Amino acid sequence: MGSQEVLIEAQQLTKKFDDFTAVDHIDFKVYKGECVGFLGPNGAGKTTTVRMMYCFLPPTSGELTLAGLSVNKQCREIKSIVGVAPQEENLDPDFTVTKNLTVYARYFDIPKDEALKRANEQLKFFQLEEKREVPIAALSTGMKRRLIFARALLNQPQILLLDEPTTGLDPQARHLAWDEVRNLKKQQVTIILTTHYMDEAAVLCDRILIMDRGKIIEEGKPAELVRKHIGEEVLEVDYDEKLLPTLKEAFPDARFERLGDRMQIFTDKPHGVFEGFLKEHSMQNVTIRTANLEDVFLKLTGRGLREE
Amino acid sequence: MTSTNIRRSPARFSIPKLTYRVWKVWHRNFDVFMKTIKVNFLPSLLEPILYLLAFGYGLGGFIQNIGGQPYINFIAPALVAIAVMNGAFFECTFGSFVRMYYQKTFDAIVATPVSVEEVVAGELLWGATRATINATIVLIVIAVFRLITSPLFLLVPLIAFFGGLMFASIAMCFTALAPDIDFFNYPSFLFVTPMLFLSGTFFPLTSLPSAAQATAMAVLPLTHIVNIARGVVAGHTEAILGLNPQMLLPISIAWIVLVTIFFFIVSINLMKKRLTG
Repeated sequence: MGSQEVLIEAQQLTKKFDDFTAVDHIDFKVYKGECVGFLGPNGAGKTTTVRMMYCFLPPTSGELTLAGLSVNKQCREIKSIVGVAPQEENLDPDFTVTKNLTVYARYFDIPKDEALKRANEQLKFFQLEEKREVPIAALSTGMKRRLIFARALLNQPQILLLDEPTTGLDPQARHLAWDEVRNLKKQQVTIILTTHYMDEAAVLCDRILIMDRGKIIEEGKPAELVRKHIGEEVLEVDYDEKLLPTLKEAFPDARFERLGDRMQIFTDKPHGVFEGFLKEHSMQNVTIRTANLEDVFLKLTGRGLREE
Repeated sequence: MTSTNIRRSPARFSIPKLTYRVWKVWHRNFDVFMKTIKVNFLPSLLEPILYLLAFGYGLGGFIQNIGGQPYINFIAPALVAIAVMNGAFFECTFGSFVRMYYQKTFDAIVATPVSVEEVVAGELLWGATRATINATIVLIVIAVFRLITSPLFLLVPLIAFFGGLMFASIAMCFTALAPDIDFFNYPSFLFVTPMLFLSGTFFPLTSLPSAAQATAMAVLPLTHIVNIARGVVAGHTEAILGLNPQMLLPISIAWIVLVTIFFFIVSINLMKKRLTG
């Protein structure tokens, strides 16, 4: 969990590309040792926000500080204490796996021997040891993502920016990445994570910021957000008009949502209320599940598809 | 709260602030070069040999002496100058564009304490280095053909580096403006190829009207490298616009210095604008 020391702070942070406002006057704080998830549909402004954090993009207006250093003035200092795993694969195709890490370490002024030592440690942890002398083109997508993650840790960053670190990973590799995130949290590394996987955010993040159309529309702890917006349990059944009055009578406070030929009923009553109801009524294709972050996400950002 | 807002001054044009980190970018390219060194050497070795055989011996047999020297001695210094131009120009157009656009190498580097300006400056210094390597290979070839007649030839690597920096800087401006890699066909065929033939390389500029000589001196960078190369390899220059070597060489050196400084700064600014918006 985070302390009370603010490590990242944005004030009225804005980024415009020509007439498109990607990030629109947002304010947020991240405390030391926290893992904060930025969630949002495509084009919400998550990646743009992350890119401003490591001075890849200059803000159009507003202030953004990391460890008290301003992205408007102290980029060099910021970049030396930040580790970045970008969304886009930008490993150096002209080098082998190990050389990718040692050349990258050189940009941080890490001495050669130390760089090789750190590279080997990372390759071991991310289970890439056997690929040491392999060119980048010969790696699978998952291996590339792991190498990008490993590369982000070479400068032993105080702040780690993970932009969709597990997209394209198989479950094994994803759990490996999660382990490393937990590991780093123990070492008080402050982590910013963007992801489209709600389970990932719920598992890893102390706090969630949900963005939509350049604004932060909600923030809080994952469990609190679920309780606040959704409740405890969700009943999913095939949509049936005849059944609707019965259900509405049984659960007058619940929220009903229809999705094609399925229907979801959200309740904030304690676990078990749906089970009691089901004992007395027989229904087709019933699922009872715990409310989750994805429900919150869809409720707040809607179900319409976003085009970039 | 809003009173603390700092509108980042767009600083559209500025003198780049550079540190030793420029050499880290250079070093990255050097490492790649060393990895594929054999492939890199072959074209730069083969090309001057072909030119010397075809133009020097083949065509040269039909041509009278130029300024008291055989045709092959006339073109030898020009081959050094052409190697400078090609080495730097192609490295900082196609080479830099591939690293920037396809490989995203620059994106990866700017996430480290190295700045965008330093990435571009490192690329320019690397382009100059490629020019130096290529010119030195050509120098060795013409030495083997016994075409060096002045001890000043030892200055060739230095001239190649600064001449290379000039062509690298000009090339980087095209890279900053290139929408796609095919765009480089324009500068290649409209700028580099005409220069290859019209800069006093394969025939004396003095055989052209003085207006053409003045134009070549004013706008064709290769002309000045050819002048200097001829001065240090062959020990004398053409009397372009009637100028003797004591006049011509300082003019060419000054021209290169000014143009290099100008395009070095402009190209870094253009690239910064392209990469950070």
